[in-house]
Amino acid sequence: MTEVSGKNGKAGRYDAIVVGAGHNGLTAGAYLAKAGLKTLIVEKNDYIGGAAVSRELHEGWTYSNCSYVCSLLRPEVARDLELGRHGLQVIPYEGGATFLNNGDHFGSYAEHNAFRREIQRHSPIDADAYDRYSRYIMRQCRFIRPLLLRTPPDPVSMRPKDLQEMMFLLKRFHDLGAREMADMLRFWTMSVGEFLDEFFESEVLKAHFAGSGIIGTGLGVYSPGTAYVLLHHYMGDVDGSIGAWGFTRGGMGGVSKALSLAFMEAGGEIVTGSGINHFLTENGQVSGVVLDNGDVYEASTVVSNMDVRRTFLEHVEEGELDGDFIKAVKRFKIRGSSGKLNIALDSLPDFPALPPNSILMQGDMHASESLDELERAYDDWKVGKWSEEPYFDMLIPSQIDPTLTHPGKHMMTVFVQYAPYELAGGESWNGPARQAFADTVINKIARHSPGFRDKIVHMEVRTPWDIENEVGLTEGNIFQGELTFDQLLFNRPVPGYAQYRSPIKGLYLCGSSAHPGGGVMAAPGANAAREVLSDMGRAAVGNGVMGRAA
Amino acid sequence: MSVIKKPAMKGVQRGLSPTPFHDFLAPMNLEQSWMDWAGFLSPRHFESIESEYFAIRNQATVFDVSPMRKYRIAGPDALTVMNRLVTRNVAKMRDNRVAYSIWCDEDGNVIDDGTVFRFTATDFRLCCQEPQFSWLNDVAWGFDVEIVDESLDVAGLSLQGPTSYAVLKAAGFNGVETMKPFDIRHFDDGVTVSRTGFTGDLGYELWVPNDKAAALWQHLFAAGRIHGLKPVGYEAVEMTRIEAGLLLPGKDFQSSHHALRSTRGRTPFELGFGWMVDFGKGHFNGRRALLKAKETGPRYMVVGLDIDGNKPAYDALVYHRGKVEAGHVTSALWSPTCKRNLAFAMLKAPYGIGVTDDLFVEIYRDKEGKWEKGLARARIVNRRFFDYPRRAATPPALY
Ligand SMILES: Cc1cc2nc3c(=O)[nH]c(=O)nc-3n(C[C@H](O)[C@H](O)[C@H](O)COP(=O)(O)OP(=O)(O)OC[C@H]3O[C@@H](n4cnc5c(N)ncnc54)[C@H](O)[C@@H]3O)c2cc1C
Repeated sequence: MTEVSGKNGKAGRYDAIVVGAGHNGLTAGAYLAKAGLKTLIVEKNDYIGGAAVSRELHEGWTYSNCSYVCSLLRPEVARDLELGRHGLQVIPYEGGATFLNNGDHFGSYAEHNAFRREIQRHSPIDADAYDRYSRYIMRQCRFIRPLLLRTPPDPVSMRPKDLQEMMFLLKRFHDLGAREMADMLRFWTMSVGEFLDEFFESEVLKAHFAGSGIIGTGLGVYSPGTAYVLLHHYMGDVDGSIGAWGFTRGGMGGVSKALSLAFMEAGGEIVTGSGINHFLTENGQVSGVVLDNGDVYEASTVVSNMDVRRTFLEHVEEGELDGDFIKAVKRFKIRGSSGKLNIALDSLPDFPALPPNSILMQGDMHASESLDELERAYDDWKVGKWSEEPYFDMLIPSQIDPTLTHPGKHMMTVFVQYAPYELAGGESWNGPARQAFADTVINKIARHSPGFRDKIVHMEVRTPWDIENEVGLTEGNIFQGELTFDQLLFNRPVPGYAQYRSPIKGLYLCGSSAHPGGGVMAAPGANAAREVLSDMGRAAVGNGVMGRAA
Repeated sequence: MSVIKKPAMKGVQRGLSPTPFHDFLAPMNLEQSWMDWAGFLSPRHFESIESEYFAIRNQATVFDVSPMRKYRIAGPDALTVMNRLVTRNVAKMRDNRVAYSIWCDEDGNVIDDGTVFRFTATDFRLCCQEPQFSWLNDVAWGFDVEIVDESLDVAGLSLQGPTSYAVLKAAGFNGVETMKPFDIRHFDDGVTVSRTGFTGDLGYELWVPNDKAAALWQHLFAAGRIHGLKPVGYEAVEMTRIEAGLLLPGKDFQSSHHALRSTRGRTPFELGFGWMVDFGKGHFNGRRALLKAKETGPRYMVVGLDIDGNKPAYDALVYHRGKVEAGHVTSALWSPTCKRNLAFAMLKAPYGIGVTDDLFVEIYRDKEGKWEKGLARARIVNRRFFDYPRRAATPPALY
């Protein structure tokens, strides 16, 4: 990200400092700067974006190194921060497929009629069951979407704002009616496997949908709680089309770039290349940060974009915190389970299972044909191995986005589930294991795409260990903490601290560890900024997000 | 229980599919004006909506109803399953009769409407707009029936209009003269005729296996030319449907299977379908809820409106005394046959139930680029706006 300059001072005093230039840090920073605060963002890497980043690691190919598709990004934030004017463009993709070992495929068409015919081809009964399934999911989406940009209430507090917010929650819940209330409670706690089994009979169809329930999660398709993870992947939208996903022009770094431009236009500064070593505190109040390179920046408001574990266990003196709080933070589930391959391709790969020139290739492609296969993939993870038959979410955005590589060449992103953070027997990821993991995935792709290996020009392999080291996501957990019911709403990240504040006065959390969780959503960042400004008694810009402080 | 067809490899067709009559329809569709009906290319209109509308009310017309969903429910428990499904009592139907019916979910909200064809007590066909295959299988769970989705195997033509009987006679359908409304008769070449339709006029529906569809079309048109037979599109049929007082799911009410908001479901009583609910026949889906709903009374009421002026009240809000919002118009039309400005409206209780006077609709008029808003008085009337004796006359008149 060459555009990001910021002044590289040795010391300075700011109204607010944001630690980490992930997309949530940039979002929080942009709201604070727009509200008139002198704001600094410090980022340990030489580039910004965290897990929403585009980098050219091989000449002529730009990768979306971590996140690769966009849907969750809150439209209110895009509007408040004028991300459109700052270059953000998200193009919905249509299509997707699961390859079967018998040479057939299951195609996911955005076009209703074609999709219906396709489901019918696999199972006539599932074709209408799909309509009922979609409606069920949409009902859940209707419940949850309005909660994303609201600060969760503290359920034990008697403050009017908390009571009011609690009433809001209860009222929405009550409005569902008896049957749906029951459905919702089941849904938020059940497994994605059981959930899909209730609707469908086709194995491949279930496997195709189940992927969203396990992505980024240390759980299997039959583990309770995974149905919610599926919802988490459905509740976004592209221009109002709920559940749709799109490519960001220029890769996912395009989101961070637009946010950084909004931040800098409002007068914000970004310093990259050295992370913070620790937060400075005085009498339980934060007073600034000390970087690894020794630079010191002072502010009585510091907002951490790092995950809750990293923030409190690695950068705050243990003595500053109560034992119970530390225990709760340590208990926060943040297990790594995913890896990723970013591949530069000499030409478009061939998938003989698909119809020629199929639009299905423009979407997410998979090769796990049953829930059983997915559950077995999880079994490997539990014993410290990467899946022998991994689930992957594979896309070729260069079919739509001309900015990623030269015409005729292609960029492929392959998200892989499961890969453990710690390998069995203490083997290091930073050795032959990394390549062996990549080979497992490539071999599976090549089973469905003859000649695939020969097309590979360059490849970036990312294990949970790499993700932790580069992005700072503890254990490589992509969501800064798992998205299970026990870690959502007023329990996220830990009970009593779901309102972006922390035991240390002036120190806030704005990353995905906070409500409403991970994904390139910008909601935690926007919500945190609102709380910061509310504590300062300051007015904020925008009408989408601001004005609902807890 | 369900018949699963062997999947064809290499995927499916995208876009809209032709119906078995498409090769005949396409050259007659002067503006190539098509719409999506259940994934099929369905004509909006062929020449002009007016000429097609008047053909329905004066001569004979065909509308390609092949995209309708058709399910066959057959087996020893077929009657029991049908009675579990629909609110009417199919045990009271004679063989080879059709009944219009609705079916509900367990909250007593209407899922869809359609026609029940009773061939025998062990062999039924359900004809409807929305896919119901998985719902039928749910309802039939544990019963000895086979459910087959015939939607893609059976083509249909709706032959409607005052000379439709003459066309059938001329085409050699002997015995149609004795067919009463809702009768079914089987003819050669696999053609099944039912005296049914969506226009409120004299008319028939002809059902035929796909491979016999072309022959049927050619045969009908050869015989029908001198009786003014012509194809019509959705727009003209839609006008006659409103005149006939027939509700369209998705427009006049929301199927409870589609509504996202739990408050959008409507009971049969709220749609004026109370006469179709038979509590005496034993248990059926929604019975308990409907007994309760009957007691508490309707929360809404669909009514027919006769509105002052001649501007159709599309999507208009309905007000009581011009101030309090009472509901909204769901379908509207200036009726060229009734010479009245008509509409259906969904009113919220007590409007349409206890309070039926002093209703107004808000109508917007585009006066050459300048919009004007006006309130037009609306009176609640029987929604069967068009009701001519020729619809039911047996034998029908030979024009
Ligand atoms: C492989 C992968 C694939 C994903 N795919 C998708 C996807 O397709 N779609 C989607 O919506 N989401 C996806 N996600 C999830 C999503 O990317 C993340 O949840 C989200 O980007 C997290 O954003 P954040 O701002 O909360 O945190 P982060 O992006 O983690 O930002 C934290 C920032 O803090 C910096 N930092 C860490 N330590 C320090 C320090 N000591 N000092 C200064 N700075 C520090 C980091 O370098 C980083 O820039 C994916 C994630 C991964 C890892």
